[in-house]
Amino acid sequence: MENLQRTTELAGNLQEDIDLIVEPKISILKRMWKERYLYLLLLPGLLFFIIYRYVPMAGNIIAFQDYSAFQGFFHSDWVGLKHFKTIFEDEEVLRVLWNTLYLSFLQIVFAFPVSIILALMLNEVRNSIYKRVVQSIIYVPHFLSWVVVIGIVTILLKSNGIVNKVLGSVFGMDSVAFLQDPNWFMPLVVLEVIWKESGWGTIIFLAALSGISPSLYEAAAVDGANRWQQIWHITLPALKSTIIILLILRLGSVLDVGFEQIYLMLTPFTMKVGNVLDTFVYLKGIQNSDFSFATAVGLFKSVIGLILIVAANRLAKKFGEGGVY
Amino acid sequence: MLNKRSLSEKIVDNTNIILLALIALTMLFPFYYMFAVSFATYEEFVKTDLLLWPKTWVLDAYEYILGSKEFMRSLGVTVYVTVVGSLVSIMLTAMMAYALTRNIFGQKIYVFLVLFTFVFGAGMIPTYMVVQATGLMDTLWALIIPGAISSFNLIVMRQFFASLPMDLTEAAIIDGANDLQIFVKIILPLSKPALAAFGLFYAVGYWNSYFSALLYLSDPAKWTVQVVLRQLVILNQSNILDAGVQAGMDNPPPAETVGMAAILLATVPILIVYPFLQKHFAKGVMLGSVKE
Repeated sequence: MENLQRTTELAGNLQEDIDLIVEPKISILKRMWKERYLYLLLLPGLLFFIIYRYVPMAGNIIAFQDYSAFQGFFHSDWVGLKHFKTIFEDEEVLRVLWNTLYLSFLQIVFAFPVSIILALMLNEVRNSIYKRVVQSIIYVPHFLSWVVVIGIVTILLKSNGIVNKVLGSVFGMDSVAFLQDPNWFMPLVVLEVIWKESGWGTIIFLAALSGISPSLYEAAAVDGANRWQQIWHITLPALKSTIIILLILRLGSVLDVGFEQIYLMLTPFTMKVGNVLDTFVYLKGIQNSDFSFATAVGLFKSVIGLILIVAANRLAKKFGEGGVY
Repeated sequence: MLNKRSLSEKIVDNTNIILLALIALTMLFPFYYMFAVSFATYEEFVKTDLLLWPKTWVLDAYEYILGSKEFMRSLGVTVYVTVVGSLVSIMLTAMMAYALTRNIFGQKIYVFLVLFTFVFGAGMIPTYMVVQATGLMDTLWALIIPGAISSFNLIVMRQFFASLPMDLTEAAIIDGANDLQIFVKIILPLSKPALAAFGLFYAVGYWNSYFSALLYLSDPAKWTVQVVLRQLVILNQSNILDAGVQAGMDNPPPAETVGMAAILLATVPILIVYPFLQKHFAKGVMLGSVKE
C-alpha cells in the first residue's frame, strides 16, 4: 500500500485515475496522512475555533451552577434552572429585556429604511462622478470606532458644545442635557447608528440595483410610466428579496444591539432606560462577579437568537425567498 | 405635457442632488469642526458660539497631546496590536480557508463548526473565563487571540480561494509539489491583493477595538488609544494625561481642544487607508452575500 501510494505521487498525471480506484480501499488514517500538510494548515484555525468558540459554548453549563472561582467547574453546586427562573422574576432583567427589544424595534423602523432610501436616491443620480463622491463620503463613518463616534457626539452635545451654544444664542433656549437626559438616550443611539451605518448599508442595495436591466426602464418609459412609477414598479421589486433577507438577519439578531455603543453611551442617569442585555451581562458578570447568573442571561440570549434566526429563515423559505442558508 | 414632465423631473433630480449633498455634509461637518476648533485658542473657543474658522491658529492642543507620555504610549500599543494582530489573523484565516477549499477528511464538519458560530454566540462570560484560563489576561495577546479569526472573513476568503484557477495547482502536483508548497508558492502569491484587502479590514478592526481592551486589560500601561480616548473625551478625565506636560506649558490648552486633537489623531490612520479599503470592500460584501 505504501509503495502504491509513493508511485501514485510520482506518477503525476496518472494520479487522479489511480486515486479513483484506490480511494475506497485506503483507510481514513492513510487518507489523513496523505492530506497531512492540509491538516497542518487547518490545525491552528481549528484550535482557535475549539478553544475560543466551542469551549466557551460548553462553558455555558455554569449557568446551571452556582459557580464560584474557588470551587471551579467541577465542584460548584448544581442549581438547575434557578438562574433562568430569576430571569423572568427579576424586575431589572425584564426591564433590560424590554430596553433591548424596544431599541431593536426603533432601529428596524427608523434606521433600516434609511439605507434603502439612500440607495434609491443614489440610484437616481445621473452624474456618475457626483454619485461616487457622495458614496465615498457616506461610507467613511462605518470605519470609525464607536469610541470616536460617541466622542464626537459628546463634544457636539455637551453643555458647552456647539449644539447647545447655537440653541442658546440663536433660539434663546436653555442648555439641553442631551447626554444625561434619559428621554434622549434611545433617540441618540438610533441617530448614531443611522449616521454611522446607513451609508455603508447602501452597498448591498446598490449592488442589487445595478443588476436591473436598463431595458426595463426604457420599456416602462415607452409605456408612459413616470419616474415614481418606474421606482415603484421596477426598482423596488428588484430590491424585494434583498430587503427580506436583510430583515431576516436583523430579526435573528433582535437581541443584539451592539455592546460597545451602548456601554459607551451609558451614564448613571441613563442606566435605567439604556441598559440592554449585553451591557447587563457585562456589568453583572464581570463587574459584580455574578458569573452564573450573567451566563444564564447570555445563554438565554443566544438560544433565543438561534430560535429566531431558524424561524425567520423558515418563514422566508415559505414566502419563496430562498432563505439565508 | 412632455415639457411639464421634464420640468418636474428636473426639480426632483435637483432636490435629490441637494439632499445627498446635505447628507454627505453631516458626515463631514464634525470632522471639519473638530479640525478647526482643535487649533483655536481657549478664549476664542469659549467666546465664539459658532466657531468655524479660528482667527488665531495655535498648536497648543497638538503639542500637549503629542507631548503626553500616556497618549503616545497608547498609540504605540495600538500600532503594535494592529500590526501583529493583522498578521496573525490573516495568516490563520488564509491557512484555514485554503485547507477548507480542499476535500480533506471531515471538511463538512469543520465548515459547519465555522458557520454555526454565525447563529450561536459563545457568550461573554464563558469566553472571558477561557481567556483567563489560557493565561492571556492583562497581556496584549488578549486583544488578538480571542478574536483572531473572523468567521465571516474566513468564509469569504474560502470562496475566493475556491474561485482561483486550478491549472497552476494541477501543474504543481505533476511537478511533485506537496500541499504546503502549493499553498505558499502558488496560492499565496496569486492572492496578494486579496490578502492585503483582508489584512486591511482586520487592521481597522484591531485599531478600532475597544471591547476586548475593556474586558481583558486592567493595567493602564497597556491601554490602547481607544481606551485613552474614552477616558479623555467621553468621561472627560483630562487628568489621565501626565501632569508633566501641563507643568511645562505656561498656559495648558483646554480639555475640549485636546480631546478634539486626540480624536483626529486617532482617526487619521483610518482615513489614510480608507482609499485602499474602498477599492476592495464592495467586492468583499458581495462575495460574502453569495450563498454556500
